[in-house]
Amino acid sequence: MRATARLKIWRGRAPRDGHFESYDVPFEPGQSVLDGLRWIRANRDPTLAIRFSCINANACKECMMEVDGTTVYACTARLEPREMTVAPLSNKALVRDLVTAIAPPSERLRKP
Amino acid sequence: MTEPMHVATGVLVIGSGAAGMYAAIEAAQAGAEVLLADRSLIGRGGATVMAQMTVAGALGSEMPDHWTHHLNDTLAAGRGLCDARLARLLCEEGPDAIRQMDAWGVGWARRDGRIAAAIAPGHDRPRCVYVDFLNTGPAVSKTLRTVVNRTSGIRKAGDLLIVDLLHRDGELAGAVALHVATGAPVIIAAKATVLATGGLTRLYRRNSASANMGGDGYALALRAGAPLVDMEFVQFFPIGHLAPRLIGMDPIMWDPFRYKLGGRLLNGLGEEFASHYGAREDGAYVLTRDLATYAICKEVEAGRGSPHGGAYLSFEHCSQAALRAAFGPVIDALAANAIDLTTMPVEVAPIAHYHMGGVVADARMETEIDGLLVAGEAVGGANGANRLSGNAVTEALVFGRRAGQSAAARAARIASPPDASAGPALELVSAPGRAAASNSAAMILALQSIMSDDVGPFRTEATLKRALVRIGELAGELGERPFGEGGPFDMRRIEWFDLRNMLLVARAVAEAALRRTESRGAHQREDFPGMLPEWRVNQMVRWRDGALALASAPPPALAPAMAAAQ
Repeated sequence: MRATARLKIWRGRAPRDGHFESYDVPFEPGQSVLDGLRWIRANRDPTLAIRFSCINANACKECMMEVDGTTVYACTARLEPREMTVAPLSNKALVRDLVTAIAPPSERLRKP
Repeated sequence: MTEPMHVATGVLVIGSGAAGMYAAIEAAQAGAEVLLADRSLIGRGGATVMAQMTVAGALGSEMPDHWTHHLNDTLAAGRGLCDARLARLLCEEGPDAIRQMDAWGVGWARRDGRIAAAIAPGHDRPRCVYVDFLNTGPAVSKTLRTVVNRTSGIRKAGDLLIVDLLHRDGELAGAVALHVATGAPVIIAAKATVLATGGLTRLYRRNSASANMGGDGYALALRAGAPLVDMEFVQFFPIGHLAPRLIGMDPIMWDPFRYKLGGRLLNGLGEEFASHYGAREDGAYVLTRDLATYAICKEVEAGRGSPHGGAYLSFEHCSQAALRAAFGPVIDALAANAIDLTTMPVEVAPIAHYHMGGVVADARMETEIDGLLVAGEAVGGANGANRLSGNAVTEALVFGRRAGQSAAARAARIASPPDASAGPALELVSAPGRAAASNSAAMILALQSIMSDDVGPFRTEATLKRALVRIGELAGELGERPFGEGGPFDMRRIEWFDLRNMLLVARAVAEAALRRTESRGAHQREDFPGMLPEWRVNQMVRWRDGALALASAPPPALAPAMAAAQ
């Protein structure tokens, strides 16, 4: 049997109104956590919300989240063939699932 | 229906890569009130931040140079199809924009106090500046972000996905947007709008740009009635990283390695092969992108590819010390990925990189629609059938600056934008959810496969017709009503709007490629090899009554006096 990574992912739109959901992802050595999250969206659940732009280059710095309690970039954190807990940044306002409000306030749309 | 938020501005800039940020700075400095919008974070996504290579401009810092030499090289690379007026603007104003970036502290690499210039393929002399190590794009982005932040008159709004442009009687009025962070509809009234949305590399499976480069600007312009040009010319970067798996690195990273260290491009049998395709390599980096892409694909087709279906790129002749001197910390990043260049080659293969085509514009960056301007990669024509290395960031800076000036002038000239109906676009953004929708992420992967397999660097009538059928099927699956139920960061709804644009732009690329029955630059028709004199024309695409209409015209030339000086 192929090795799998089990991603236990926080889902929800408010900090007190959410839950963890687990997904098994086919594991290939060298993959990133972001690769696993993108696989889940295309093959299991497209409603999973993640924020990323540059995919693999660690240039855009948008894919910050917490993996096993540590803040990482999902594009450079390695996927491992075990259970990994993936949660939104705990020090930023939650938007949905793994997406948080990471932009400085001056770069957000405000009511005129 | 959620009440839309109303925003008014003098100049709306859509996209915050180098072109958009420069346009915003220039317009604000000219006194305009500016709203700089991006579908993601401000100044983080797009192509600029991923541009690890060089910026071309005839500074003459290493040896005497003049912009007319740069122009000659640009026109030659364009295989007869450049809009010479735009190419001239790029080359003539490039040095000034590069010096302005230097003054803003971008940190171009220097040798003996002078800005260092590398020689890149297709240039007749060293003309390409860069920031060490592999930091050109991030440094350009960061510098412009800093200037944007200290320029008064620029409001910034990230997470703002522009859905449609608003216009009335050939005049632009603003745009309707989806505020991604909340799901709310937004109506933006603007006296002038600058499209700085970059290219379309996201249409392809393997690509070198950000996930937000899905051709948004091309689709917005088409639906608003503006024509596009040269849509069949998608540039593939020949030596995109293929294997072993490498994370935290840009796939185009091998370009700087090649211009600094040469390197050897080998087929699966370990043989140099460029010479079989009429090009000499000799360990120097001189092969233009269209030729290198052709040579690698042909070797793979002949069964002489590397294990993952590309070519080997070897720096095994370089010492550890030479590698470290040239690339410092990058060598450690490679080691973290278990790559030691002194003992192993890497595998590379062509990767979608840049789009030569785009919105038709004049040298003021004005389009056919009053009040709609365009900047950077979103502009069509400057690079013809094949772009020269180093011209992309230069055009982002130069065209961005020019578009900002033109937009500010219009904002000062008119009292208010026309009153245009936002109804249909607003309805789409606010539409209730659609049950049993397809997987939007899987649909994007399906489109990327179609484009890579059938509308890639090599096309035939059969592959293009097959692609158009499958694109039509995906459009049917997408339907007229958005996926998802709305609300904050609804990825299915975002991807529905993305696919609406991507499928329209994919059709424009495939239809233009089907009509061009010759091979030229980045467009290679296996059923029509060879360049034909009667095809020395640009193809224009328009959206009319729910269909794409194509027409041809000779490329715009320079004024006679200028052409004589060439």
